[in-house]
Amino acid sequence: MKHFYLKINKNHVAFVGLLIILFYVFIAIMGIFWTPFDPLEMNFKEMLQPPCFKTRHFMGTDQFGRDTLSRIIYGSRISLSVSFSATLIAATFGILMGIWAGFLGGIYDNIIMRINDIIFSFPPLLLAIFIMGVLGENTYNVIIAIGIVYIPQFARISRAAILAIKNLEFVDAALAIGGTRNRILFKHLLPNIIPSLIVQISLCLSLGILLESSLSFLGLGVQPPFPSWGSMLGDARRFIIIAPWSSIFPGITIFLIVIGFNLLGDGLRDILDPRLKNVR
Amino acid sequence: MYGYILKRFISLVFVVLGVSIIIFFMVRLIPGSALEMYLGTQVEATPKQMEELKVIFGEDKPVLVLYGEWLSRIIRGDFGCSLRTSRPVLPDILSRLPLTLELSFFALCFSVLIGIPLGILSSRKQNPFMGLVIRISGLLGLSIPQFFLAILFVMFFSSFKGWIPMGTYISLLKNPILNLKMFFFPSLALGGGLAAVIMRFTRYNILEVTLMDYIRTARSKGVSEKNILIKHVLKNALLPVITVLGFNAGYLMGGAIVIEEVFALPGMGRLVLYAIYQRDYPLLQGIVLIITVFFVLINFFTDILYVYIDPRIRYE
Repeated sequence: MKHFYLKINKNHVAFVGLLIILFYVFIAIMGIFWTPFDPLEMNFKEMLQPPCFKTRHFMGTDQFGRDTLSRIIYGSRISLSVSFSATLIAATFGILMGIWAGFLGGIYDNIIMRINDIIFSFPPLLLAIFIMGVLGENTYNVIIAIGIVYIPQFARISRAAILAIKNLEFVDAALAIGGTRNRILFKHLLPNIIPSLIVQISLCLSLGILLESSLSFLGLGVQPPFPSWGSMLGDARRFIIIAPWSSIFPGITIFLIVIGFNLLGDGLRDILDPRLKNVR
Repeated sequence: MYGYILKRFISLVFVVLGVSIIIFFMVRLIPGSALEMYLGTQVEATPKQMEELKVIFGEDKPVLVLYGEWLSRIIRGDFGCSLRTSRPVLPDILSRLPLTLELSFFALCFSVLIGIPLGILSSRKQNPFMGLVIRISGLLGLSIPQFFLAILFVMFFSSFKGWIPMGTYISLLKNPILNLKMFFFPSLALGGGLAAVIMRFTRYNILEVTLMDYIRTARSKGVSEKNILIKHVLKNALLPVITVLGFNAGYLMGGAIVIEEVFALPGMGRLVLYAIYQRDYPLLQGIVLIITVFFVLINFFTDILYVYIDPRIRYE
């Protein structure tokens, strides 16, 4: 693990990405204790104010007079926690399904992977919208919907990774000294495939943020008055001509964190798959 | 090869069946039955009236029988009636299909026309600065949310509003120029992200192929750099791009939902949102089924096309 950390430190791309993400995590945690203004309280004297140092609304206000910066800070906690929880669901179920399918093979493999094929054959946004439409719009259902959508990717990757190593000698050795099936799977095989899962986790986190903000943008995600970056953009869209700041800042916020995740993902891929490093 | 196509076709049938099962049973998960939704909150039916209503709607049978009946109706082209308008669902969906397909198609064209040339350019070593600029814009294109890009277009080009007809669909046959004008910004916003994906993928493939031994051989026997690129590198590097394209066609159809909402285009995407806001489940089921089947079919044909084009691949 220490080795891994050193490599991230050396790889500037991954390091910048990691810094951006840590910055967001810091902002999200800070938002629990302090925001410049109350993010939920309406103030009709200050509707759609432009960004201004004097009024201390550095990013202006929205159509209810709520401070955009405060709402972005508050919303970062919601957006990040939705994305992290959804990734946790997708990774847990996907990896479990994938490693069981790869390890057991035969009929189990067939059944598990066909189920995943079916989920995988829906366009992601459409499946998420469908699940939200059926379950009803609230934050927990967003987590469930995004989690389900990204299960198959984890299942496929972990299955392929297990297949690649399950016939190696160390598995035979573990069997020979009497290791049980579960012990071999979780103690010997799982730790070996973690590197290939890390890239997928970073990808899933950024896709989760994008999907959550798309759903909230359409009004199917996090419900008002609680802000998420996507719903802020969706609400402010109607005032785009007279108050562009209330759309632009949430948009840039999403843009920047996704850049962070993509940088981290690219860097991790370089670290873990150094074949093309010299030509990059 | 025919064996492969047959095998692929059988798995296609299974996947479509599975998709229909999910779509049918998901709607049964709704808190409160669809019938209660249909009645609304204004009236309250006694249990006896509910039973009668169930008989009228044919809901009084076991769930598996209901699924069988639903599926056989779907196969015969009867997608049921809307809970709100009582009209058959299918004609409404089909009338909106051309817009979404056209939007996705143009987006695909944009992404190929932008992505592949930029990918080739950025992999050339002659101009490292240019390569860097292209790579950074690729990263930005990959990271920008589609709806944000669409909103930026609306904001910066709102003076074009008179130029672009809003809210109506003018078919390509009726007025080609207006139709193309109408689709320019929406398909650019939809295809922008995919262009970045294709650019990065093209670049990666070219760099990988360049490491191969046969490129070194070609170089050492004195083939010009231009010929190496065209005859040896591109031929091999661009093939996998086809798979990525087929795979992303479905993403485009999903992304079209958001783009249609921003640009107020009356396509399938807005219909699906309407169906959800109105709790119109037959309509919702119909749209999700049709879009997903399209997605599955596109992937099926891409796979077959790929085997056809690339003689190295011979599946069992």
